[in-house]
Amino acid sequence: MSALIVADRLRRSFHISHRAGFLRRRRTEVVAVDAVSFTVQRGEAVGYVGPNGAGKSTTIKMLTGILTPSSGGATVCGLDPAKDRRALAARIGVVFGQRSQLWWDLPLSESFELLRSIFRVPKDSYQERLDECVELLELTPFLATPVRQLSLGQRMRGEVTAALLHDPELLVLDEPTIGLDLESKERLRAFLADLNQRGTTLLLTTHDLDDIERLCGRLMVIDHGRVLADGPLAELRAEVVTERTLVVDLTEPHPPLTGLPGVREVRTELDGLRQHLVFGRSDTTAAALISALVDRVAVHDVSVAEPEIEELIRRLYKRTTVPDAMTDL
Amino acid sequence: MADRVYLDILGSRFRAQLSYRTSFLLDFAAQMVGQASELVVILVLFGRAKEMGGFAMHEVLIMYGIAGVGFGLADLFVGQLDELPRLIRTGQLDVLLLRPLSTLAQVATGDIQLRRLGRIIAALAVLVTVLSTSDIHWTGPKLLLAATAPLVGAVIFGAIWVVACSVCFWIVDGRELANTVTYGSNMFTSYPITVYPPWLRRFLAFVIPGAFVAYYPALALLDRPDPLGAPAFLSWCSPLVAVAAVAVAGLVWRFAVRHYQGTGS
Repeated sequence: MSALIVADRLRRSFHISHRAGFLRRRRTEVVAVDAVSFTVQRGEAVGYVGPNGAGKSTTIKMLTGILTPSSGGATVCGLDPAKDRRALAARIGVVFGQRSQLWWDLPLSESFELLRSIFRVPKDSYQERLDECVELLELTPFLATPVRQLSLGQRMRGEVTAALLHDPELLVLDEPTIGLDLESKERLRAFLADLNQRGTTLLLTTHDLDDIERLCGRLMVIDHGRVLADGPLAELRAEVVTERTLVVDLTEPHPPLTGLPGVREVRTELDGLRQHLVFGRSDTTAAALISALVDRVAVHDVSVAEPEIEELIRRLYKRTTVPDAMTDL
Repeated sequence: MADRVYLDILGSRFRAQLSYRTSFLLDFAAQMVGQASELVVILVLFGRAKEMGGFAMHEVLIMYGIAGVGFGLADLFVGQLDELPRLIRTGQLDVLLLRPLSTLAQVATGDIQLRRLGRIIAALAVLVTVLSTSDIHWTGPKLLLAATAPLVGAVIFGAIWVVACSVCFWIVDGRELANTVTYGSNMFTSYPITVYPPWLRRFLAFVIPGAFVAYYPALALLDRPDPLGAPAFLSWCSPLVAVAAVAVAGLVWRFAVRHYQGTGS
């Protein structure tokens, strides 16, 4: 594995001037990204999440060469984005959910053709990738439609294709699923997951935590310009979530199954047909609990419910200090 | 090749705009009328006066023609810079920064407006007519000058445009300010600079090098010494001024984009 993105104490502040009396202005410095460091290896899929104004987009803009860092630096695909914007542009693909890289008055296919020219993609490799995207994203029905007439879902599929025509090593997606209906979201996620499987590195910011759940092996949480947590989703979960819930469906109603070892709380549904057993992660395992269960009652089905990812992030926000082990990942 | 890319971009713009034929024709006609209305102003003035700032009607019309074609070409190729505030506000400029091409060239070619050809054609018709009917002692260099003056003028206007629009990187709605300079300089350059007060003349000639668009080349074509006493060789200096103007504009633009990359939003 080799590092594709290295952010080294990346910092970005903005000056905002306020009126302070007649003709007098006071300038205040707002730090959008505060000394953020991380490394993304080739082939990873990283979710970059945080509330509005946390500094996600600013980080993305610095990594892609749109903004110059106030201090610190970054290396993306071996290039310095601030210095080699144009060279970098040829090697990365960027999709902004809320701004289009297509030409509103051209049919989708002509927009692609124009991008082929702009990115100087050889005809045969262009055709190969286009055919692939057309097939996987089902673009055929609207390839000849002017972009302005496309639905949001269709346009987004077009945007993703547009960003991939020059075969980028890294695909950066800023809120790619925003405003999409469930089906479009799922289709896009499946496509991106497959893309990542085949070696393209993904970095995506999102508000939709299903995107992370579905796509990202690694989660970076940012707030107030600082990385609060960084690690595999499962590990972060294990670290901040100390309780799990075993959901048991019984073959017939039963009073609450109290008294099982390690179980802290029992909730019942449907007159006791379904029971939620909350147990401490360190007290017992799901396997031990299930074997204790089947000795007592007839079990129809069991599943382990993980806490919602929103809950996970809320807990990460509450944690003010970041343990060293997590920042060194 | 780089040029090929821009040809492809321009080609796509042409196809897109020509697909709305009626709207295109109306816009095209409006541009012609716009240019012609300035001609009417000159004709009306000469209906009252024999000369303007020491120049006869056909002489003023040569200046008007050169300035008109030059401005029209600049408007066609860099007039899109007027859209810069919108591009910045909507974040569309970010998209341009994500392509392996020059930002300025992308803004210029990204939304080129073919209807502006209307203005160029109207001005060119006046220029050709007045040059062929005036009593000009044609020589090789003068033919070359007549052919290149509108192009050189376009380059000078283009440079002025780029500098003026760079303001938009600092002032969110700098468009009005920029337009004052760009469209304003077109109006100024259509008349002999002798009609202006001295301070404005100097400003026009040397700060905004507008006098080099039409006034000085016209003097050379007409074999007239500058009534203001500038040396004769100055009349042939427009291409040099154009090169210098482009260099300055390039620097200002680069500085402005850097500033944007340092500000963002």
